[in-house]
Amino acid sequence: MEMRHELFRDRTAIGAVAEQIRKTSRKPIRLMEVCGGHTLAIHKFGLRSLLPGTIELLSGPGCPVCVSSQQYLDGCVELSRFGEVIIATYGDLIRVPASASSLEKERGRGGDIRVVYSVMEALTMAEENPGRKVVFLGIGFETTAPASAYAAFVAQSVKRDNFFLYSAHKLMPPALRALADESLKIDGFIAPGHVSSVTGTEIYRFLPEEYGKGVAVSGFEPLDVMQSILLLVRQFESGKPAVENQYTRVVRPEGNRKAQQLLATVFEPADEQWRGLGTIPQSGLQLKNEFEAYDARKHFTISTSTWKEPEGCICGEILKGLKTPRQCPLFNTSCTPDNPVGACMVSTEGSCAITYKYHFT
Amino acid sequence: MEEPRIRLAHGGGGSLMNNLIRNHFIRRFGDPVLAGQTDSAVLELPGNRIALTTDSYVVDPIFFPGGDIGKLAVCGTLNDLAVSGACPLYLCVSFILEEGLLISDLERIIGSMAATAEEAGVPIVAGDTKVVPKGRGDKVFITTTGIGTIPEEFTAVGSGINVNPGDRILINGAPGEHGIAVLLQRESFRLHSPVESDCANLYPLIREVLEACPDVHFMRDATRGGIATVLCELAGMRNAGVELDEDAIPVNRTVADACELLGFDPLYIANEGKAIFVLPEASAAKALRAMRNHPLGRQSAVIGCITEGHPGKVILNTSFGGQRWIDYLTGEQLPRIC
Amino acid sequence: MCLGVPAKVIRVDQDQALVRIGEIEYQANIGLLEDVLPGDYILLHAGFGIEKVDPEQAAEAIRLIRAIEEQTDLSDGNAPRTVP
Repeated sequence: MEMRHELFRDRTAIGAVAEQIRKTSRKPIRLMEVCGGHTLAIHKFGLRSLLPGTIELLSGPGCPVCVSSQQYLDGCVELSRFGEVIIATYGDLIRVPASASSLEKERGRGGDIRVVYSVMEALTMAEENPGRKVVFLGIGFETTAPASAYAAFVAQSVKRDNFFLYSAHKLMPPALRALADESLKIDGFIAPGHVSSVTGTEIYRFLPEEYGKGVAVSGFEPLDVMQSILLLVRQFESGKPAVENQYTRVVRPEGNRKAQQLLATVFEPADEQWRGLGTIPQSGLQLKNEFEAYDARKHFTISTSTWKEPEGCICGEILKGLKTPRQCPLFNTSCTPDNPVGACMVSTEGSCAITYKYHFT
Repeated sequence: MEEPRIRLAHGGGGSLMNNLIRNHFIRRFGDPVLAGQTDSAVLELPGNRIALTTDSYVVDPIFFPGGDIGKLAVCGTLNDLAVSGACPLYLCVSFILEEGLLISDLERIIGSMAATAEEAGVPIVAGDTKVVPKGRGDKVFITTTGIGTIPEEFTAVGSGINVNPGDRILINGAPGEHGIAVLLQRESFRLHSPVESDCANLYPLIREVLEACPDVHFMRDATRGGIATVLCELAGMRNAGVELDEDAIPVNRTVADACELLGFDPLYIANEGKAIFVLPEASAAKALRAMRNHPLGRQSAVIGCITEGHPGKVILNTSFGGQRWIDYLTGEQLPRIC
Repeated sequence: MCLGVPAKVIRVDQDQALVRIGEIEYQANIGLLEDVLPGDYILLHAGFGIEKVDPEQAAEAIRLIRAIEEQTDLSDGNAPRTVP
């Protein structure tokens, strides 16, 4: 069978699942998705309009750009100012505002900042530019961290000593625990399917077992999301929270063992700052000592800036699902996609950017 | 043997520059007015309703599937004239060459421009050349100025003052081909696809449309920023409501796949051979037939209409029965993980 | 997270695989996977295959959806357009 996404975008099928949701959902239920890809799918395909009024969908801190700390962003800007440095980054970070600048602005000032699709392009850049130092900005969750781990591993094997990783990789479960701890009254989680393809589904076990909250591991097509919502509604209505895997074509219960092993070889958990959530213990990934030669934090002196949330910016509360973009005083006034104040507006999967783009003001 | 390259002296005004101009530019462009090498081209224009346009071309890479910077520099300017309702008459071109540019690459570009201009029947009558030191340019930048005359009945098509609710919006094919062709050509991503730039001279197609339907209300070519930007401009200019049907927009499957992979929206991707046409409802079918009859319009479609509601705004009816509004693009589109 | 696309494996060469998404070809890194064969589908994310896509499970998912469709009465036609 040709694996085309149209298979999971069939309107009739989506309508049928929506109908089942409507029939099943009796009590008010609050569901949170913790992945920018899900936020985007819900809005792009207008899925909210297919759901009954009993269901409230909240958007959580699943956008790695949105949760990158100001300190990290300031570090990226600082690194870009070293003449010998080439910054290699995923496109997502280019426009994110740091304290006083952004990578886009630094590029205008002469910073050598290059967008890549794969971290391996950064390794090639290091090979082709022996007199320069290539720093790769490692953002993303467990979906993307294995690629960085692979690159660091290869760098060490071939002694690519001018390649460095500046990691802001984060782990999903500690954030979920932090969210479940808060009195946010979330009844169920739409779990990120691609993170789960690496980690497996057991990482979510604590949510039903310790917090009584249901989990559906979901794919990203509209049919996937709708089916996941149906699973969560059924769990909730029957009072039986569980971890269910909707994305069986990609996610296995044990996940990708090879990727997990590589992560364990190269990275170790560390306390990490999440924009809006503060410091979450053991929620980030930093290079182990064996790889310190490739660690930008060890090789460069990056000043630790003290960071203040811009006046009026409530990105933090939005990331926790406590407030909506429209409740932010800066939304569509001083904070617009053209001139973003907070990360929620810059990232194409930030709640504010999505609300701005997909909804009538 | 070392391949010949542009040197600073090629821009110095001396014999090296003269040789470059005579043996490469003039020889290939072949126009007698140009060959006269006077400070200005002295021309006759039929009529006094003149369309004048200028554009700079800085595309990277300079060679891409479906074209090159030279072909682009000619087509882009011809198209700006054509969508204004003008018959293009003359072009003039200026080059900023970076020291170190391979002369063989320059030859290729000049050849491309000459062939495109010849096919269009529009001579290149004036030109200029400058050379900047290595690192101060990016191989070659081209600025093209074009001039044409506009018949009286078409003076309003550029500004769209006759655009009305009920008018239909048409496009001559699937958006996004140029932008994707160029982007995938950039070495570092290493994605290979058969997508070719749609770079083309639209004047022959537009002439057919105007002959069939002289009551065209608006035309604009959709270059950087894509068709979304043109429609936002139209909505803003005329304070008109624009409504698009996602299902009606022609799709190039490979462009769609590339967009999916990299996180782009085809509506915002640059084109170099696509134009938006706005016509009264009664003429739409006839215009569509004329467009589809032409090789540059086989995938033409009616993609939306002008409405009474939401003046100044563009709304897309999605394939899922929802609606979202289309705004100007912010920043560039960049490949994302997210 | 996000932007992962199924890609069909055409050729394998150690840690690299030529994959195809429609008509797009890409040299993906399959160093995170094992036993990748031509004809397999991988989930392509940021240049890497991060998991295999199981066509049987995909077919099963479609079957389940069809079952839901069958038990649902859609006599009121398609959902009307609404402003979200």
